[in-house]
Amino acid sequence: MKDEKTVIEDVNREFYDFRFEEGDDVFRVSEGLTEAIVSEISREKNDPDWMREFRLRSLEIYKRTDMPDWGPPIDGLNMDNIVTYVRPNAGMKASWEDVPDDIKTTFERLGIPEAERKSLAGVGAQYDSELVYHNVKKEVAEKGVIYTDIESALHGEYGEMIRAHFMKLVPPQDHKFAALHGAVWSGGSFVYVPRGVSVEIPLQSYFRLNAPGAGQFEHTLIIVDEGADLHFIEGCSAPKYNVANLHAGCVELFVGRNARLRYSTIENWSKNMYNLNTKRALVEEGGKIEWVSGSFGSHTSYLYPMSILNGRGARSEFTGITFAGHGQNLDTGCKIVHNAPETSSYVNTRSISKSGGISTFRSSVVVNKNAENSKSSVSCQSLMVDSESRSDTIPAMDIKTDKADIGHEAKIGRISDDAVFYLMSRGLSEENAKALIVSGFAENVSKELPLEYAVEMNNLIRIEMKGAIG
Amino acid sequence: MEEKLLVIKNLRSGLEDKEILKGIDLEIGKGETHVIMGPNGAGKSTLGNVIMGNPVYTVTAGTAEYCGEDLFEMSVSERAKKGIFMSFQNPIEVPGISLENFLRSASEEVTGERVRIWPFHKEIEKNLGILDMDGAYADRDLNVGFSGGEKKKAEILQLMMLKPKLAILDETDSGLDVDAVKTVSGGIREYQKDADASLLIITHNAAILESLRVDKVHVIVDGRIVETKGPELIDEIVKDGFAKYEEQGE
Repeated sequence: MKDEKTVIEDVNREFYDFRFEEGDDVFRVSEGLTEAIVSEISREKNDPDWMREFRLRSLEIYKRTDMPDWGPPIDGLNMDNIVTYVRPNAGMKASWEDVPDDIKTTFERLGIPEAERKSLAGVGAQYDSELVYHNVKKEVAEKGVIYTDIESALHGEYGEMIRAHFMKLVPPQDHKFAALHGAVWSGGSFVYVPRGVSVEIPLQSYFRLNAPGAGQFEHTLIIVDEGADLHFIEGCSAPKYNVANLHAGCVELFVGRNARLRYSTIENWSKNMYNLNTKRALVEEGGKIEWVSGSFGSHTSYLYPMSILNGRGARSEFTGITFAGHGQNLDTGCKIVHNAPETSSYVNTRSISKSGGISTFRSSVVVNKNAENSKSSVSCQSLMVDSESRSDTIPAMDIKTDKADIGHEAKIGRISDDAVFYLMSRGLSEENAKALIVSGFAENVSKELPLEYAVEMNNLIRIEMKGAIG
Repeated sequence: MEEKLLVIKNLRSGLEDKEILKGIDLEIGKGETHVIMGPNGAGKSTLGNVIMGNPVYTVTAGTAEYCGEDLFEMSVSERAKKGIFMSFQNPIEVPGISLENFLRSASEEVTGERVRIWPFHKEIEKNLGILDMDGAYADRDLNVGFSGGEKKKAEILQLMMLKPKLAILDETDSGLDVDAVKTVSGGIREYQKDADASLLIITHNAAILESLRVDKVHVIVDGRIVETKGPELIDEIVKDGFAKYEEQGE
């Protein structure tokens, strides 16, 4: 503990509070998203014809779909100026010098190497990270695994495979931001693990974040074929600096028969960000999806990874943690559809709110008539660090068969004064006492992460807890 | 020269709407062991908690000097850093940190110095032995899943490792069987070996005191100290109970 403290003790949480400087009219475009703009994006990306048509179709859907009206407010998104979000780099020369000093300091304190700092700030020289990326790629390629950026894969031998899967799980009709994603998506990863192949090292999208537009409308498509095994890690715990403040990514995961996919995410968006991300997995017979999801940062989040258990004995495990600080409204959870017999789902989440932050756990479990002898267990625990913070739990269940075993458990609590007093009586400051309690509360999630991520997440909790007092 | 560690004068304190301590005077010298006895609800634990700084209790009158400084000006962690320790009646379970790692950071907080890992580990092992606890407890999360007795022993382990100047034992013996009381008492005796180590033992059971050196015994009834004597008072109370003091109080 002493070590961590010396590293971060001066970190001010304001380091994460980036402001979107709207005052500068140079980047303002007052018209909405048009066919011309989408066509231009498509042309620049050298899309195949089907993709260009797909984008334009999505644009139509986007235009006629209403904004969601059931979650946290998203009035701060000015949809008339959507082009600002779509083309954040138009006319902008991003450079390391323009990145605020605070975020540079944060990178330093988190121990992010120089080259990666630049890439995380969106101004990195691409080759710095591509080098690492290529090394990983070479190692897995020997097993026949495809791990590449999705845009170039569209043109290669896997083009047809991508076409057969792209936005089939998350169709543009799903909601307005799925439609927007379909129209303007850019960057992201494509992974194909062939039948029976186990990938021993986790693949990380970490190195790919600096692709233009990535980290904003990126598309991740992963296909794990029959009997194969993969751990994929998305994102990293360093705050991502983005000039534009909308993230509407899309993740589609196909888990084949008896295959296993673990999909881990730690998201830490800058605190002006609207994170409206859609993630979905389709699991075939005997297959298993394991989600590990850490949500930090962002102004507002809507995030509910969905598992569709589509074959007999398919399983889903969801482990999540959400940390909402001052000014944040994080609406997170998960959805599960049991659509075959003997399927099982297990959900275990922790959410923390402090300094007036709002954290809502929202879950939906559907057990269809054909999903006899299925099991579902949902457990969510919420911890409020102080009395101004808020925590809600909104579980929904739709069980269409009598032959199912369903459990739900929710606990909401505050850090007890007794616990703080106890730890302070051993010499810990109030801040450190609370941080220790919160880390312990989060432990069930951090232990699911690879060691270096668990350490980073604990650091992150400590940094977030700094300044919790007063 | 007799050095005073803690001097409390006319202390009044309690919960928001209820006064519990109604004018306590208490002086503890360096190296002295004081025992507080009294019937249930007399304010024994409140006194311990107020000295440690439990924010639940408000101090409404009186003064307290610890090592010549105003105790009530210090935060709880400052008190700990200046050598005050309390063994809790109900120790809190803290998942996510092992007993040993917790003790190491607490020790570093209290002393302000880096702890050398290996000697510290050996010392924990030795003390766990004295407390008749398996070495594996050091790796278990702090108090998590410990039985009532194990929690009390773990508190005494913390006492032995943190080496405070003034240790308050808040009914450490309650809920312990005869053997466990003896074991815990052995741990306390280890702590007493340091000539400067002072103790304030809150109890209503004489068993824990049997093998300990005791300098003074105080009886608290209804928020006041009604009797102070040497260790001979323990036997009197074992024989006669608190009845005669309670009558006095009424």
